[in-house]
Amino acid sequence: MTTPTFLGMPPFPVTARAALSDGQLRRNLAGATATIRDRRARSVAELDDWEALRAAGAALKDDVLVRLPELLAQLEANVSAAGGVVHWARDAAEANAIVTAIAESHGVAEIVKVKSMATQEIELNAALERSGIDVWETDLAEMIVQLGHDLPSHILVPAIHRNRSEIRDIFVREMGRVGRPAPAGITDQPAELAEAARLHLREKFLRARMAVSGGNFAIAETGSVAVVESEGNGRMCLTLPDVLVTVLGIEKLLPAWTDLEVFMQLLPRSSTAERMNPYTSIWTGVTPGDGPQEFHLILLDNGRTDTLIDPVGRQALRCIRCSACLNVCPIYERTGGTAYGSPYPGPIGAILTPQLRGIHRRPVDEQTASLPFASSLCGACFDACPVRIDIPEVLVHLRAKVVDQPGHRAERATMAAAAAVLRSPKRLAAVQALGGVTAGRARRLRLRGPGWIGGWFRDRDLVPPARMPFRRWWKERSR
Amino acid sequence: MAIALFVTCLADTLFPRAGIATVQVLERLGVEVDFPSAQTCCGQMHFNSGYRREAAQLAAGFAETFAGYEAVVSPSASCAAMVRHHYRRIDPDLVTPPVYELTEYLVDVLGVTDVGAYFPHRVVLHQTCHSLRLLRIGDRPRQLLAAVTGLELADPTHPDQCCGFGGTFAVKNPDTSAAMGTDKLNDLTTAGAEVVTSTDASCLMHLGGLAARRGGGPRFMHLAEILAATR
Repeated sequence: MTTPTFLGMPPFPVTARAALSDGQLRRNLAGATATIRDRRARSVAELDDWEALRAAGAALKDDVLVRLPELLAQLEANVSAAGGVVHWARDAAEANAIVTAIAESHGVAEIVKVKSMATQEIELNAALERSGIDVWETDLAEMIVQLGHDLPSHILVPAIHRNRSEIRDIFVREMGRVGRPAPAGITDQPAELAEAARLHLREKFLRARMAVSGGNFAIAETGSVAVVESEGNGRMCLTLPDVLVTVLGIEKLLPAWTDLEVFMQLLPRSSTAERMNPYTSIWTGVTPGDGPQEFHLILLDNGRTDTLIDPVGRQALRCIRCSACLNVCPIYERTGGTAYGSPYPGPIGAILTPQLRGIHRRPVDEQTASLPFASSLCGACFDACPVRIDIPEVLVHLRAKVVDQPGHRAERATMAAAAAVLRSPKRLAAVQALGGVTAGRARRLRLRGPGWIGGWFRDRDLVPPARMPFRRWWKERSR
Repeated sequence: MAIALFVTCLADTLFPRAGIATVQVLERLGVEVDFPSAQTCCGQMHFNSGYRREAAQLAAGFAETFAGYEAVVSPSASCAAMVRHHYRRIDPDLVTPPVYELTEYLVDVLGVTDVGAYFPHRVVLHQTCHSLRLLRIGDRPRQLLAAVTGLELADPTHPDQCCGFGGTFAVKNPDTSAAMGTDKLNDLTTAGAEVVTSTDASCLMHLGGLAARRGGGPRFMHLAEILAATR
C-alpha cells in the first residue's frame, strides 16, 4: 500500500479553489463542522470555570516551554528508570530511521498504529513502506483515509471530507486487498460500517508484534505517557504487541501528574465535545508480564526548537491537537483540510506548519508562505482555543516574516505606494479627487485586471469613489 | 470639549455618507464633533498584511493627529480595534486618546440607546468579527436598532460567522472570500430584510459588491445612516 504525500502541493489559494468547486466536499464539511461546533459549545458551557481552565492550560504549557531542557532530561531519566528506551530525533529522517531500525531488529513485517499527528508529520508510514514493512492505521477515520489512498483533512476526524456512502465504497473496494474483506451486502449504515472495521482490524491487532503510537501528554515527574482516544483501538495497540514505539513531539510534556487534571478537562470537551473521553491509557516504561515488554520513546524536534526561538510564534507549541479551531474556522469549513498542504490543517496548521518548516531561520517555499494568509482574521479560533493561542496574532506576525522574504516585489511596491498616499492627507485628497472624476457617474465599478484587481472583480463589483469625499464635505460645511 | 471623529480612509473615500451620518447622530445628541483634517488611515491594512514599517508610520501619524482630544469616535469597529488592540504591538509607547466605535460611544459613554431615529424598514444586522471578538461590543448595535421607531429587525441563522472580507484576504484568497460572502449574503437575505446594516463599511463593501454582481437584493447601509434617519 502506498501512502500519498503532502509534498509538492500548490499554494493555498490554488488548492482552495479546487476544493471550493467540489460540492460534495463542501456539503460533507458544512454538515460535520456545524455538528461538532454546536456540541462543543454546549459541552463547554457546562463548566463555570472554563475561562480559568483555559488560562491554567496556557500557563502550564508556557511553563513547560520555558523549562523544556530541564523537563526533557527529567522525562528521559524517569522513562529509562522504568525500563523504557529514550531516543532523540532531530528531524523526520532521524525519527523514521529509528522506528525502521527497531522494526528490523525484531524482524517484523507489519506494524499496527494508533492515530498520531507526529507520525503524520514525519510521514512515517511512507518511510516504513519503503523498507518493506506494512503499517496498519487502526483509528477508524485514519483507516478510511489509508484504505482510500487519501490524505487526512482534519486533526481529529481525518476522513471528515467523506460521507458514509463514500466510506462504504472504499471498504468494499479496498478491505479485501489488505486483509479481511468487507461483509457481502454491506450497506452504508454506521453500525454495519463499524462492524466491518472491527472484523477487519481484529485480525491485525491479534497478529501484530509491534505497535507505533503518538502521545497526548508525557509526564516528566513520573516518566509516564498518556494516549487519549475514543475507539479502543489505541488500547489494543498499546497493550497487545510485544514492542511499543511512541513518537512524541518534545513540546508534549507536562511537569507533574496533577497537571493532567487541567488537560483532561480541556481536551475532550474541545475535541469531541465529551465530558470525558472513553479510553485514556497511561503507562510508565515496561511492566514485566503485562503489556509490551519493550518500550521505545522517540523525542522528536523536527522544527520545534526553531519555533521556540520566536517569542510570538512559540505559543503555537501550546497546542494540544484538539481541533476546536478547525471546527469553528469559516475558511476550513469551506476548503477542507487537504488544501492546507500539511497534516496540520486549519488555523493551527496555518501558524504551526510554517514555523516547523523553519520560517524563523530561512525563506520558506511558496506553499508554506501562503499559509499565514489563509485567514480572514475573524478570531473565532482564538476564542475556541483551550490553551488560548492567539492565532490571529501569530498569523499577522508570520505574514510580516513572509513579506520580508525575497520575492513579493509587486505586492511590496503596491503596499508602499498605498502607504505613501495614506501618510499624507493632501495626497489622499488628490487621489480621491482623481478617483471621483475618473469614475464619473458610474453607480458601480466592474473592472478587469491582473492580481488583486482580478481577485476583487471576479465575483464582486465595487462602489465608485465618492464624488464628494467626506473630507471635502466637512471642509465645505465648515466654510 | 469636542470629540474627534476618525472617519477612516475607507468611509472618507467610498462611503462618506457613513461619516456624515455619524456627525448628524452625534450632533443631534448634543456632542460637539471635530474632524482633524490631518487624519488619514489607522494602518490596519498594512499591519494585517505584514507591512510593519508602513503600519508604524501610519500609527504614529494617527497618534499625532488625535493627541490632546478627550475621545475619538469612529464608525468602524475594525479600525477602532486596530488602534486599541494592535498599536501596542507596533510600539508599546504609542499613546492615543480612548478610541470608541460609534455604538460603544453612544451606549457606554453617552448612555443612550434611543437616538430618536425613524426608519420604517425591515433590517438585518451583520455583526462584524472585530466588533464581536476584538471590541466585544456584544448587542449594543442591536439595542440601538431596537429603539429605532418603525424598524423591524430580522434574525440571521449564523449571526457570528465571518462574511469573508478580511482585508487583503479578499484579494489574496478571492475564491474562499467570495464563497464565505455568498453564504453570508444568503443567510442575511433569507432572513427577509430590505436593508443590510453593519458597524463596518468594509464588510458592506464586500457583501454589497457580491450582491451587486448578482443583481437585485437588499440595500446596504452603515448603521450610522439608519441612526441618522428621521421622520
